[in-house]
Amino acid sequence: MAQIFKPSANTIAQVSLLGGAIVPLSVGLGIAALSRSPANTKVGVPLNQPVPFSHEHHVGQLGIDCRYCHTSVEKSAFAGFPPTETCMSCHSQIWTNSPLLEPVRKSYETGTPIRWTKVNKVPEFVFFNHSIHVNRGINCNTCHGAVNDMNITWKGNSFQMAWCLQCHRAPERYLHENEADTAAGLTPRQQVFNLYWKFQQDGVKHLDAHEQDLISGEDPVSFDKDEIAKGRKLVNKYGVKTQQLADCWICHR
Amino acid sequence: MADKRPLNDVMITGEQNYRSIDDAIGSLVIDPKRHKYPWYVMATLGFLGANVLAATVTWLVYQGIGIWGNNWPTMWSFDIVNFVWWIGIGHAGTLISAILLLMRQPWRNSINRFAEAMTIFAVMCAGMYPLLHTGRPWVAAYWLLPLPNIMGVWPQFRSPLMWDVFAVSTYFTISLLFWFMGLIPDFATIRDKSTGRVRKVVYGMLAMGWRGSNRHWHRYEQAYLLLAGLSTPLVLSVHSIVSFDFAAGIVAGWNITVYPPYFVAGAVFAGFAMVILFAIPLRRWYGLSDLITLRHLDWMAKITLATGLIVGYGYMCEAFYAWYSANPFDYHMSVYRRYTGGYAWAYWSLILCNVVIPQLFWIPKARRTESTLLIVAVVVNIGMWLERFVIIPMALLDSYVPSASQPYYPTFWDFAMFAGTVGFFTMMMFLFIRFLPVINIFEVKDLLYKILGGKAPPLPAEIPAGAGE
Repeated sequence: MAQIFKPSANTIAQVSLLGGAIVPLSVGLGIAALSRSPANTKVGVPLNQPVPFSHEHHVGQLGIDCRYCHTSVEKSAFAGFPPTETCMSCHSQIWTNSPLLEPVRKSYETGTPIRWTKVNKVPEFVFFNHSIHVNRGINCNTCHGAVNDMNITWKGNSFQMAWCLQCHRAPERYLHENEADTAAGLTPRQQVFNLYWKFQQDGVKHLDAHEQDLISGEDPVSFDKDEIAKGRKLVNKYGVKTQQLADCWICHR
Repeated sequence: MADKRPLNDVMITGEQNYRSIDDAIGSLVIDPKRHKYPWYVMATLGFLGANVLAATVTWLVYQGIGIWGNNWPTMWSFDIVNFVWWIGIGHAGTLISAILLLMRQPWRNSINRFAEAMTIFAVMCAGMYPLLHTGRPWVAAYWLLPLPNIMGVWPQFRSPLMWDVFAVSTYFTISLLFWFMGLIPDFATIRDKSTGRVRKVVYGMLAMGWRGSNRHWHRYEQAYLLLAGLSTPLVLSVHSIVSFDFAAGIVAGWNITVYPPYFVAGAVFAGFAMVILFAIPLRRWYGLSDLITLRHLDWMAKITLATGLIVGYGYMCEAFYAWYSANPFDYHMSVYRRYTGGYAWAYWSLILCNVVIPQLFWIPKARRTESTLLIVAVVVNIGMWLERFVIIPMALLDSYVPSASQPYYPTFWDFAMFAGTVGFFTMMMFLFIRFLPVINIFEVKDLLYKILGGKAPPLPAEIPAGAGE
């Protein structure tokens, strides 16, 4: 009787053994990579908006304060979206005929709000609060990236839970104060917005290292021992309860 | 035959030679006619049971675990009871295959294969419960295993539940490898004996090119011994860790140091009962009583008796702790939930099943009579199920807050899922009988060779002397 298997069966057996180990591993790693890639997180991907609003122009070049439009960021959970009236406070005077602003004018006339595409969002089971973060001196750019450089706005960070927990598990690595500002009597909250004024006035060179990171959109984390020691002092000063900061209920109530 | 005395040794009876052993076991796979109506009845029943399981699980996943009777404070109930019960059933297989191998007990050779199969199918049944207990099995991967994930959350490494995941998955992996390793030479035998092309190809692939050369045997023996060494600690560790799920908890009645040995003994106890329960129909229906002899049954009954006594000691310890610890909650739980109260019937039936009835095995005749063996085996399995029932929901429903204590009632679906896993197990076992060699062919041949004092058995009559085989 003829042989059941050809000699090639040996190779097939060996390859399938190896494949049995490699394929599941690669699939797993592939899924892991995809879930962390901009294809899923949309980090760095500008989203289409009804009006091509440029943060780069309004914030970076003109120096309009964040709070001019996002009015409730210091006081409430939600930072706030500007009503059309906010846009029209300037654009009833300048660029009044620009075709790009047609949707804004139309919205103003009809009283229908502009449907902006939301760039930064957390799931509904996450209770995120802007005010607590701003009041502890967490800068806008820490989470939102270099908004001052964004022509069409994109997401600066993944907003995945692991990303949140980097700070929630070790806030001393992120808390920072500019000593000169503190000496001048600025609160942590005031320092958040003062950064942009300093940047407007003196440019990036006169900022300290942490602030330069923020303005350029780098992750402002410090692993330096002294910096962490300073951060820990701030943790105590601001009364940040680190022992409960990574508890489930802090964000999921 | 001239050489009758050694052939009549208790571990293999009748006049056996290598071919008769091949035929007795291998033909179960090759020749469908060896399977008579009992196979069809059992396989059908098993298949129906597996369908009940499928329906239950579908309804469970659709509707959520609210269809079970679990409710605060009894959050662990039938699901965990059945998990522990099934894991325990598997233990005999590992004990037989690993510990008895290392102790060079040749009587393991004719029962290890199906005992190991029982281990694997039992662990499959067991594994379903905690997975479905999570309520969302599709995301249980990162709840149970430490997988790096975008949420940055990890299982609690300090929790015995986490260790349990490792213990059970290691146990399943090693058992499966061990089983498969042992099957390879037998796959080759079936490949060589079968005539159909499909069988030749399938068993040929499973045999992984086994030719039976010296080198193959050498490596096989090494690997087999290695796996035996790896699985020996598992016999003790797996159920110890399962017991930590309870012993490390703060529930009154669970926090007892006797739990690990008590659970391990209970597992071996239930496992051997299940092996007996399966071995008797097997030898009866398939004419394998020459290979699974009364001697085997006798020894298994003795182990059942011994482990049963250890379990009995565990019950005594529980009672003793309840009194000696002076913990009013322990005392209350034991006296008013176990020994008296609405569920006392469960406790006293468990004592009857696990402590009183197995004492029959002190009588040699009882150990060698199939009917007594069967009855005691069934009783022990019921008893061990009741034991877990008494341990888990009984202790939980007696909460520290008296107003929280509520009675527990299982629902139809609790029973349906249990019946379903029993059906699934039965189906798998009977498929196993049909498609895999149910007794280790080559080890029985080896045993025969040893029994004959290191001489090959006589050739079958139809082969002329000197032809060799």
